[in-house]
Amino acid sequence: MILQAEDLTLTFPGFRLRVPRLALAPGEVLVVLGPSGSGKTTLLRLLAGLLPPEGGRVTGGLRVYLPQTPPLLHRSVLDNAAFGLLLHGVPREKARQRAQARLKEVGLEALAHRPAHRLSAGEAARLALARALAVEPEVLLLDEPTANLDPANALRVEALLRRAAEEGRGVVLATHNLFQARRLGHHLLFLHRGEAVEEGPVAEVFAAPKDPRTQAFLRGEMVF
Amino acid sequence: MPPAEVLEIALRSLAVAGGATLLAALFGVPLGLWLALRGGGGAWGRVLLYSGLALPSVVVGLLFYLLLSRSGPLGFLNLLYTPWAMVLAEATLAFPLIAAFVLSGARGRVEEVRLLVRSLGGKERHVLPTLLAESRRTLAAALAAGFGGAISEVGAATLVGGDIRHHTRVLTTAIVVETRMGELQAALALGAVLLGIALLVTAFLVILERE
Amino acid sequence: MRLLALLVLLGPVLALRLATTTSVYDSGLLDRLLEAFFRETGVRVQVLAVGTGQALRLAERKDVDAVLVHAPSLEREALAQGTTAEPYCLAQNAFLLAGPEADPARVREAESVLEALRRIAAQKAPFVSRGDRSGTHLKELELWEKTGLKPQGPWYLESGAGMGQTLVLAAEKGAYTLTDLATFLTVGKKRGLKALYTREDPLLLNQYAFHLVPGSPGEGEARRLRAFLASEEAARIVAGLRVEGTPLFTPLRGRCVFPLRP
Repeated sequence: MILQAEDLTLTFPGFRLRVPRLALAPGEVLVVLGPSGSGKTTLLRLLAGLLPPEGGRVTGGLRVYLPQTPPLLHRSVLDNAAFGLLLHGVPREKARQRAQARLKEVGLEALAHRPAHRLSAGEAARLALARALAVEPEVLLLDEPTANLDPANALRVEALLRRAAEEGRGVVLATHNLFQARRLGHHLLFLHRGEAVEEGPVAEVFAAPKDPRTQAFLRGEMVF
Repeated sequence: MPPAEVLEIALRSLAVAGGATLLAALFGVPLGLWLALRGGGGAWGRVLLYSGLALPSVVVGLLFYLLLSRSGPLGFLNLLYTPWAMVLAEATLAFPLIAAFVLSGARGRVEEVRLLVRSLGGKERHVLPTLLAESRRTLAAALAAGFGGAISEVGAATLVGGDIRHHTRVLTTAIVVETRMGELQAALALGAVLLGIALLVTAFLVILERE
Repeated sequence: MRLLALLVLLGPVLALRLATTTSVYDSGLLDRLLEAFFRETGVRVQVLAVGTGQALRLAERKDVDAVLVHAPSLEREALAQGTTAEPYCLAQNAFLLAGPEADPARVREAESVLEALRRIAAQKAPFVSRGDRSGTHLKELELWEKTGLKPQGPWYLESGAGMGQTLVLAAEKGAYTLTDLATFLTVGKKRGLKALYTREDPLLLNQYAFHLVPGSPGEGEARRLRAFLASEEAARIVAGLRVEGTPLFTPLRGRCVFPLRP
């Protein structure tokens, strides 16, 4: 297991996040599914170590988190991609080389010297992914990575995520897109109002959801 | 006033104000960033900083005069009536200006930068240098403001510099002398030179910020 | 680097600091005297042009090594307190009353300066005062005191500024003012002010005296300057400063018009 969580709790005004257990194996894609406001972002941030839990703990390898709109720095695409490596102490020239390789993987090598703020949404999403992958994380935590993308770019990103999993990384993906969950996920965790309502292999949960809330969501009837 | 003397005075103004701005930035930029990292320093931090902006320059000049005077605690340094004293006084006045500008500009990006750094596995200590690198525009504005304040300084400059010809006379104090003698045209001409320098330096900073 | 530090520290000791009043400074007399002094001794003098009050305060704090002022009452006090020492009466000139061509208070016809001031007050003609405790201002207050009048009211303006600026203001407002000859010739005349009361009057005498500041770092150099100011050459320079043929100062060669020592 490259990511594990037990008895995670965090209280907010309005709701309480409770996830009794969570486990991720290398090469596995875990989809955290749920309507808006169900606590997906909070869970991801807890797993990433960006928020301290009230109760329970998280253990695992090197984790990188990508928020819904990943922030870009006022520098070139290449330097943005290399940023993560610089944070980990890699010397600048080496960092740039490795970043360049990652940019090639995501198809952005031609734009290496463009100022990052001039990228389109799809290009920015791919840049964020390249930046994250450059650091060679064991776990990728992505918050709605394709929510703002057109279908073509969304599919490109999904392909990259699939490949990341094939390389042996763990991927945790928060989404409210049922179809994406089906396409990408191996395991599914359904969240409703902070509660881990149901979990299991994707195919099983979709075929036979046990909880009425899960059923309602899968039928497309639940908005929040 | 012979052109050679105008040049001498202009260069001195530039050097003193430039030195003061750099000295003020040395302390003001880190302070502004540090306060931004800590969420703006709270209400008290801001009150303190912004009241620094309201410091009357003659008061600062007076305080430095008393400090640096031969009968004062730092008299042994023999800094009074030298350009160094002017640099100190002007830097003191520019410092809160620069810090406030940096704080105001950096506050908006702190959370974003912090999130980015930590989400990639970086540590809190990486946030400040990254924030600094992201604040180019803010920095240029802060330096321009600090320099503008320093080069137009006259009250403190007179008190601690003494406006000694060929030694501590700068454009602003020279303007006062010419005005005092009733030479209004000469005063205006010097004022034009002062404005010209301020414009040049600001333009230079804006060009730098764009790179 | 060490040499630089040494120079920075030594610099102020190698130069002599003299505080003087703005009217002396603006007349240009000091430039000539100090240029000659430098040629003879190689000593550079740094001049601070401040008000009389500030000059004496600087002496008190030993921030200057010598002063050149023109306020006998304040000078006597300073000497008594030991703030300054060994005064040398260098030069004299005269104050005069300047004002508008129209001369509404008929100052031209006054027989004494006191009478002239009384006429101005009676007429409530506009009058600009330095209002800054300078030598000129103190002289003006002394004169008003002697008339027994207290100048007050919208006609009496206090500029708080230097002599040149005050003359500019007086010219703008068509007002009278007390001024020294040098500044009047260089500034006031150009702006249309007329010299209205110029009779020789002991009350209008203006005496410039040089004092040492005992215990100051540059005391040695200050003594050399004093010796120079007492020389023939200095007297020649003082007598030689003219504007439009009119001499601005008369050398005193140490013979004080207003006694300074007790």
